Amino acid sequence: MRLAAFAALAACAALAQAQDSAREIQRYRQMIAEGSPAELFEVEGEALWKKPEGPKKVSLERCDLGEGPGVLKGAYAHLPRYFKDADSVMDLETRLLHCMTTLQGRSREEATRRVFGSADRPSEFESLSAYIAAQSRGVRIAPGMSHPKEKASYELGRALYFHRVGAWDFSCASCHGDEGKRIRMQELPVLYKPEAARPVIATWPAYRVSTSQLVTLQWRMNDCYRQMRTPEPTFASETTVALIHFLTATARGETYHGPGNKR
Amino acid sequence: MAAGPMKMRALLGQGYTDIRVLMNHPMETGQRKDPDGKLVPMHFIQNLTVKVNGRTVVDAQISQAVSRNPVFSFRLKGGAKGDKIEVSWLDNQGESNSTEAAVA
Repeated sequence: MRLAAFAALAACAALAQAQDSAREIQRYRQMIAEGSPAELFEVEGEALWKKPEGPKKVSLERCDLGEGPGVLKGAYAHLPRYFKDADSVMDLETRLLHCMTTLQGRSREEATRRVFGSADRPSEFESLSAYIAAQSRGVRIAPGMSHPKEKASYELGRALYFHRVGAWDFSCASCHGDEGKRIRMQELPVLYKPEAARPVIATWPAYRVSTSQLVTLQWRMNDCYRQMRTPEPTFASETTVALIHFLTATARGETYHGPGNKR
Repeated sequence: MAAGPMKMRALLGQGYTDIRVLMNHPMETGQRKDPDGKLVPMHFIQNLTVKVNGRTVVDAQISQAVSRNPVFSFRLKGGAKGDKIEVSWLDNQGESNSTEAAVA
């Protein structure tokens, strides 16, 4: 009788401890989120958005991200989408590149020279992405899904997700295809399922604590292909946009609350 | 980008003020090597000062052990809406930066 009481007490203690650590992890996440260095990139991004650049010496403030020229509120949450002026589906970074070449008169080659930065020297795409994405906080994720080219882009992204390529015969689904997989302590979300894609997409772009960098979705696609040992995909290509489109569409309905934090 | 942006929030609670300040700094320890194998020189924030309405309330000496782009938070006794909080730092290379906010 006494033993049973003791066992019950021990079970209670274990449960309390598990709840304690869950609460502490929650508290830690909240602390990081409140003082996220992503905010520093937002500040940098705002300055870059308003800074005249290129041969035409104009800022990006008239750039149409889909909600009208210069409208930032909710723009990120509704990307990728079809743009009539470019007759293609674009994600945020692709659209920014489009504005840099059309509005500012910069060459594609010059504008894409440093698309991914370093901790010491962030790329303008990273800071701009942080600033623009932050203007969609609290907006529901709803990428374009109605235009035939949007449907085609989504289907291409879905096909690419499962398409095995390269010397190692890897696809996105090789790692992100089964529940419960991880690399070291990093859990691998099954990103073709809405419940897994939602929390992930809602926090990209994000500050990466291990490298002190702000990382974007174009970078994520690029680096996943690097890890799969394929040739490097072109920045802002149909392929990377389609994958981003597929992942974002899978996460649709979630409220955007980034830029987030990654390990 | 040592003297990059800083961001501060000062929120009034029940009888206290919570200050949270985020600053942009490389915080180099002097132990890291660059891609060419040369040591990256030490570069870190040495002094951190918090002033409330011009009066110094925190004067901290910190070291290389603090991470890049650090965030500091302090809880001050008392405080009132509109109090002017000023945070400044000085690093070992003589660079400095400061930011101001009113308690909200």
